[in-house]
Amino acid sequence: MTTEKPLAMRDVFLQHLLEALRRREKIFIVTDDFGSPVLDKIRHEFGDHFINVGIAEQNAINIATGLAAEGFTVFAYGIASFMSMRCYEQIRTNLSMASQQRALNVNIVGVGAGLSYDISGPSHHCLEDITLMRLLPHIEVFSPSDWTLTTRVTEWSLRHPRPKYIRLDSKPVPRLYADGGPVTVEDGFCELAHGGDTCVVATGFMTQVARRALDQSAIRFGLVDVFAFRPLDEDRLLGVLKKYRRVVTLEEGFIHRGGLDTVVIGLLARHGVQMAVHPLGVNDRYLFDIGHRARLHQLCGMDEAGILQAVAAPRVET
Amino acid sequence: MATETKTTADAALISRLKEKAAWVRNETLKVHGVAPETRVASSLSPVEVLVTLYYGGWLRFDPRQPQWEGRDRFIASKGHGCIALYPILADLGFIGLEELATVCKNGSRLGCIPDMQIPGIETTNGSLGHGLGVACGMAIGLRQKRSDARVYVITGDGELCEGSVWEAVMFAGQHGLGNLTLIVDYNGIAMLDRCRNIIEFEPLDRKLREFQWDVVTVDGHDIGAVHEALAACRQSRSGRPQAIVARTVKGKGVPSLERDVLCHIKTLNAQQIAEAIGRAS
Repeated sequence: MTTEKPLAMRDVFLQHLLEALRRREKIFIVTDDFGSPVLDKIRHEFGDHFINVGIAEQNAINIATGLAAEGFTVFAYGIASFMSMRCYEQIRTNLSMASQQRALNVNIVGVGAGLSYDISGPSHHCLEDITLMRLLPHIEVFSPSDWTLTTRVTEWSLRHPRPKYIRLDSKPVPRLYADGGPVTVEDGFCELAHGGDTCVVATGFMTQVARRALDQSAIRFGLVDVFAFRPLDEDRLLGVLKKYRRVVTLEEGFIHRGGLDTVVIGLLARHGVQMAVHPLGVNDRYLFDIGHRARLHQLCGMDEAGILQAVAAPRVET
Repeated sequence: MATETKTTADAALISRLKEKAAWVRNETLKVHGVAPETRVASSLSPVEVLVTLYYGGWLRFDPRQPQWEGRDRFIASKGHGCIALYPILADLGFIGLEELATVCKNGSRLGCIPDMQIPGIETTNGSLGHGLGVACGMAIGLRQKRSDARVYVITGDGELCEGSVWEAVMFAGQHGLGNLTLIVDYNGIAMLDRCRNIIEFEPLDRKLREFQWDVVTVDGHDIGAVHEALAACRQSRSGRPQAIVARTVKGKGVPSLERDVLCHIKTLNAQQIAEAIGRAS
């Protein structure tokens, strides 16, 4: 790992869009009044490719749909909890259903995945989006863990004319992958570390936390970063998991509610693989507790200590 | 002289449109006979508007290429109440006339709500309040492409309760979408009651004007008036979106429906359909 400065995923993503606009790609960026310094550059240089619909997420998705129907690649950019839930029925009807009939390249880019807006409280925590989005047919779902993956996903989004939900962290994050590292987007996951008899399967920012736990401890465990839920090569993932005796899943989302843990438990069950799975995440409650991210993780038993404890003594779930 | 010639030509066209509207109304009733699940009352109120749009020379389309880039986009946002589109699309060759006998039958592509698997239908309909926003996106996209194609969208008045409609109304005015026309099928009745007893939209024209729309209110069953309103929209150079508030009668042509505030959910039996068709003929 390098010691370079952490980067915000949204800046990396928007910088790529700026470069794509300079290449004259047919792009529109639609936002619900959510900004960033790089977005300021875009609206200054490419004002006619930028639409601020105001605080109106339903309209953002509808406008994006209409633009995509006219052949544009559209990025609907806003805060993750609002862009995934305030306009869920627009996403269902106009993107998920409609894309079964016609190609629509609408990329919903939600900033503030999981607990990234920690001290903003439960309205800004986004704990449901993976479950909700992977439920909808035809919507690709990306949950990158670092800014290098954000780059790969942004490039992918420009080339694949399908609706997508891309959840980004709001905080700057260090890289987990070397440039051009061993990532195949179609796989949807990457095995970042091998060893021990327990595999931690994490997504988004929690892969960063698991990586820190691994680097700071003498305890060995495998680490799989699930950065996409569609596409996700389940056969390959199963092949990796079968090398271990136990699995700990790790997500900034509700556990037992259709998120990462459900994906892993279902995969193992469908293939008749008997393996202990210990889900770590938020357990059936909202977090009104005021505190920074590490504190919230601690409260949920999903900080580094909680991860190491689960690795050492997972309970049986399957 | 030129004016007289135009008037004569218009009179002939209006006469043809009236005949076509009578045919579409009867065919819509027949479709309802095939498929009692269809919402017949709300499909009878926009007949003259739809006929004038499709046959009056205002909507640009090519049935052999439903997705032709140069077409005008027409969005049937009031999905349940657009069964009258089926005979129109069949008559124009988007679908086969024989398909009208298959509505809501196993294996048909014509359900009780038109959706985008049908040639000539742009969007997935049935969930109200989406059409105008999608239309705004199309209008912006067409403007960006420097296309002279236009976007038309028809909503019901009950549909105006959806907040997303007003997000789009404000957006269209703000962005000066002069290539967008909204037609409100203003029949005054939602499912359970008259709209005024649920949410009062009046004065709708003033509300839309305040959001920077050009608005004209017409008798939606007066084909000449609808024709003129559509002509004004096509010729508008104001740079503002246009709305036609078409005052209509829900269940138009079927007295038992016209009198019934709950007509939205009413089904006609074979005898009632035969009587209604006979009355119109």
